[in-house]
Amino acid sequence: MSQEVLDIIVKKITEQKGDEAIEEAKLNFDEPMIILDTKNWDVKTAKLLRDDPALAFDFLSCITGVDYEEHMEVVYNFFSTTKKHSMYVKVKTTREKPSVTSVESLWKSADYMERETYDLFGIDFPGHWNLRRILLQDDWEGHPLRKDYVTDKKALGLD
Amino acid sequence: MSIKTETMTLNMGPQHPSTHGVFRLLVEVDGETITKAEPVMGYLHRGSEKLAENFLYTQFIPYTDRLDYLNAMTNNYVYCAAIEKLLEWEIPERADYLRVIVMELNRIASHLVWWGTYLLDIGALSPFLYAFRDRDICLDLLNEISGARMTFNYIRIGGVKWDAPEGWVDKVKEKVKELRENIAEYDTLVTGNEIFQARTIGVGKLTKEQVINWGISGPLARASGVNIDIRKEEPYSIYDRFDFNIPTREEGDVFARYKVRIAEMYESLKIIEQACEQIDEGEIIHKKGARIMMIKPPAGEAYTRAEASKGEIGVYAVSNGKNKPYRIKLRRPSFVNVSILQDLLIGENIQNLVAIFGSLDIVLGEVDA
Repeated sequence: MSQEVLDIIVKKITEQKGDEAIEEAKLNFDEPMIILDTKNWDVKTAKLLRDDPALAFDFLSCITGVDYEEHMEVVYNFFSTTKKHSMYVKVKTTREKPSVTSVESLWKSADYMERETYDLFGIDFPGHWNLRRILLQDDWEGHPLRKDYVTDKKALGLD
Repeated sequence: MSIKTETMTLNMGPQHPSTHGVFRLLVEVDGETITKAEPVMGYLHRGSEKLAENFLYTQFIPYTDRLDYLNAMTNNYVYCAAIEKLLEWEIPERADYLRVIVMELNRIASHLVWWGTYLLDIGALSPFLYAFRDRDICLDLLNEISGARMTFNYIRIGGVKWDAPEGWVDKVKEKVKELRENIAEYDTLVTGNEIFQARTIGVGKLTKEQVINWGISGPLARASGVNIDIRKEEPYSIYDRFDFNIPTREEGDVFARYKVRIAEMYESLKIIEQACEQIDEGEIIHKKGARIMMIKPPAGEAYTRAEASKGEIGVYAVSNGKNKPYRIKLRRPSFVNVSILQDLLIGENIQNLVAIFGSLDIVLGEVDA
């Protein structure tokens, strides 16, 4: 069943964006996963995932970032409350100027989760209505979950 | 001639009794009507996800206890389940049963804390005492099996840490009966109370569309007619072996959330009873689970979710094949649920603020991670 869902996703996205849009499509622990570059991920594609009757990913469970040292990724976990299937979307972006289109206008649950990802990874989400730090204080320097972040032990009283 | 009016900004918290933690809410009011609400958080941020990257896989389990400390068993479980998924380990059956029993006991304890403190928030003192009497029954049982009342560190990668002490399962069976009688008292004590109903019926309404769009999960979602419970959607552990219902209501107001949580406690009792009947002797941990230095999941990534008392808790784990996690993301239900305040409070009367805020049942340890 997951394979069928994956096939539909791939078909719909290539129809919209062309054959080169999807970098990789596979099953990850029996859940569809697609990997895209940030230039192929926009509100239109996200809207397709949400509004297409065969996909209907209306529930955005989780957004997070991963720093792979060579590049960064934003990972979305979608779930469909009507179709009862789920999927991963991974959007690749550069480390130097990480930026991924915001989907906050489509799923409000992205509001806080994108802010958190911005706060801890420094990934920009153009289109977000209120992209500010959320867990750390406003004058914090750096983004702690980046692999090159240096913990100032002295300032934290650990040294 | 019109009178010149202006809105006023009110600050609630970070130290406010109804937050049960440190949480600040900036509210803009026009007269007594709320026109804008802005949650401010992070006071309890401990960088759990960053810490995870410096620990062995097993060493991070105690940190999950301190997210939603009222429902730590499910946190333990979902983290371990994510790692087990990467490792592709089979969990011994007895361990699965023990996990279910402790998770459901913990769910009841968590709902009881909500029930007691919520009524405390809106002005009723004595229900709190009843709730904590019954919560202690659950915590005593959990204490006997895990050695701790709240921060259990009980569920381990590959199984559980301790087997049930002798006679524990029988004791659970007895206590389930006692709890069922006690919880029935709550209806006579509170549910029918006219003042309570006046403060909760029709207050803080959430629609189905709002719930789905804002990613709300747990009893909050089910009180608005959204029938999602991960125990049924994607039965994890051994939840497909039990016969239980998912209580839902259509109204979406504070009273509906109250009713859903009460009904859920009965369902949890049903699950515990069945698990106690079905449990068999056997191993309690995967044969490699005890050697924590050796837990090295193959490179890969997995997202696991489970139904905590507050909603969907998820762990997204990335492994690079070493004995420390490359990345652990914790999807905390309270963090997502609390964002709805920005929308939910608009247009409400200021006197309903605490009644609505309390009904969300958030835990700040989990919001701030």
